[in-house]
Order: sequence, then C-alpha cells, then structure tokens
Amino acid sequence: MIPAPVRYVRASSLDDAFEALAEPDAKALAGGQSLLPVLKLRIVRPSLLVDIGDLGLAEIEVAGDELRIGALTTWDALASATELRRPALAALGECAADVGDLQVRNRGTIGGSLAHADPASDVLAVVLALGARLELRSQSGARSLSVQEFLVGPFTTALGPQELITAVVAPIPEPGSGSAYVSVEHPASGFALAGAAALVRPDGTSSVAVTGVGATAFSLPDGEDPPAALAEAEIYGDRFASDEYRRHAAGVVVGRALELARRRAEEDR
Amino acid sequence: MREALSLVVNGEPRTLEVEGRTLLVHALRDSLGLTGAHVGCDTSQCGACTVLVDGRAVKSCTVLALQAAGSEITTIEGLAAGDGLHPLQQAFVEHHGLQCGFCTPGMILTASDLLSRDPDPDDETIRRSLRGNYCRCTGYQPVVDSVRAAAAALREGAA
Repeated sequence: MIPAPVRYVRASSLDDAFEALAEPDAKALAGGQSLLPVLKLRIVRPSLLVDIGDLGLAEIEVAGDELRIGALTTWDALASATELRRPALAALGECAADVGDLQVRNRGTIGGSLAHADPASDVLAVVLALGARLELRSQSGARSLSVQEFLVGPFTTALGPQELITAVVAPIPEPGSGSAYVSVEHPASGFALAGAAALVRPDGTSSVAVTGVGATAFSLPDGEDPPAALAEAEIYGDRFASDEYRRHAAGVVVGRALELARRRAEEDR
Repeated sequence: MREALSLVVNGEPRTLEVEGRTLLVHALRDSLGLTGAHVGCDTSQCGACTVLVDGRAVKSCTVLALQAAGSEITTIEGLAAGDGLHPLQQAFVEHHGLQCGFCTPGMILTASDLLSRDPDPDDETIRRSLRGNYCRCTGYQPVVDSVRAAAAALREGAA
C-alpha cells in the first residue's frame, strides 16, 4: 500500500509550519504512526504533508504546580521519564508504555495521537482524568483548551486547519494523590476495547475517564458512583466486542484503575 | 514530483530520488537494493520491515523516506561489522531463532534496540520488546532464547 501522491515539506519553525499549512489540503505530520496508516489506506488524501518533526517541542518538565509535555514527545520518552514516576502522574507513563509496540513508541508522539483523536486512544482517558489542558498555536496566537473542549467527536477535534498542538499541560495533583491507567486490549491491534484512567486525591475523591467504549473518550461525572455512571453512558459495540461486553469491561477496568490509583496514593503518604 | 533524499545507510552516505509519498522501506529495497527489510503486513503490525533509524527500531513501512532525511539507518545488511555475523545473528542461528527467516531481520533489529538500552533483559522484557514482531514459524520461545544468548555474548564481548 502506497499513499496517494502527496508533496512533502519539512518545517523549520512554527511560523514556517503555519505558512505551509495555509494550503487548503495540507496536513501536519509528526511521528506519523497514526497518519501514515490512514494515508496508506487513502482514507486521508492531503495535497501537502508538513513535517513538524524538527520543531523540538519534546521537553517534559515539572514547573511549579504544572506538568508540561511538549507535543512532539514520543511514547518512548514518556514511558521512561523520571518526571512521571511520582504516584500522582503514574498513569501517564503507564499508558505510554502500553501504546502499540517498541517501534511505534519510538516514533509516535503524544501530540500526534491527541490530534488523531481515535475513539480508543489510551492517552485521551489519562489526560481527561488528570484534568489536562492542551496548548494550541496558530498564526493568530496561542490558546488553551480543556480536553473536553478539544475533543469534538471520533477523529474530530477543535484544532484549526492552520493550528498545531504545542504542549499538554496538566496540574500536578496534590501530594498524597495517585493515578493509574488500566485497559483491556484487542489482542491483535493493541487498541483498548475498554480503558480507564483514574486519579485519586488524598481526601478520597477521584476523577475517572474511560476510552474505547464510546464515540470518544469521556469523563465519568465527578462524585457519581462509577457503575451507575457507566450504566447510563452511551456505549458502542462493534464486530470486535459488543456494547454489553464493553460496558462490562469498562466497569472492570474502572474498578482496577481506581484500586491501583488508591494504592499508589496511599504509598505516597 | 521527485525530491533528493540524503541519508546515511549502514555507514555510507547515500543520495537518492524519491517521491513525497515513498515509504522508507521501498526506498531501501527498490532504490538501494537492501531487501533485508521485508514488507509483511504493510499495516505496521508485523515488524518485518523494522530498521534502525538513529539507533532506534522503527517500522519502515510506516515512515516516509523523506522523514528519514539526514538520519543514520541500519538495516540487517549493515548490522554486523565486517564479513562475520553479529552476535544477535549468530545467536539466532545457534538457538533456532528462525525457520523461514522472513521475520528475522525485524526481530534482530528490534532486539538490537532493546539490548542497546538494557544489556541484560529478563524474558518478560524481551517478550514485551518484541511484541511488534510477528513470527509464524518457530513460535517465540527460540526467539527469546536467541536474544537472551546474544545479550550474554554481547556482555561478554564488552567485558
């Protein structure tokens, strides 16, 4: 399978990238681990690919009460990042280590995955549970969106045609918090049939988000009992797993993620 | 439209002409004659096309050739120094890590990435690292045995 004919340009700066993305059917290319497969299937047929791989944007830093992850940070870098070893942020490293396989993690980026917005994206559940925001840049400036605002639907985001994700910014949970990501994967594709991320705070309150079971990843309402929230949620089945199976599996992974996050939170006290 | 692509392949600077859409695996096979990178599933699952880009294993069916501009590529043809076998290749021979051999270049290059980070991986780590490489002949145990043996040989060589 070979992509349809497409021109390619490598951007040397953000402004350079914005200028190239002015072409109506241009598309930004990061690690390509989501985009290349759909280019090869010719589901996506851009006229121009703007490779943003040289723009840096790959730092992971803890500054004050915020964690900042550059959009071009690879899964491999996230999986081995010492900044994410603390119990409160463990879900991120755990999710990154679980993405695809070694080769995919070597190239795939967190920003590329977020922009692709696969309904079974592991990381979307994690950034939802952590209450992260996405920093977007375009020629007209910068803006910051919550993940809920960013996520419009399956494979659809609020990202403008000449706009790029530059960073994921998450508040660092208070000390004594713990987080976890747990999924049941399709054995061949590795995509989540049901995945859950949980953040448990020292006062016992929690934030939970699930992926792989609906049109997009979504948060369970704060304060609501997870099983009750899942019973009311709109869950989709497909040929790999029915909606009943996914609803059940979602309940199981939510329970496991909460338990693991709680245990990590206790270890931090 | 064809564009010039310059990269270093198995230690040698190479310049070739590719289209924007040309995949790295096709550039290596069709333009440079390095047919050790195999096209298996062509959907970034099987890992038969794995090569090293700047020392890291990647699936060359899921990278555009132009994305690799300026990079150093290692294919199975360039893994060993000189005419002998690399310790990974030798171990795969000795431990029956291959039968038909189709998946072997990818297995070995992924294992090479693993051993560059972790010179003494346990079996679970080896299995986890080779998750993106499928073998349809031997089963995986001889592959794991081969990687473990190669790790030991490399540690001995380094000592």
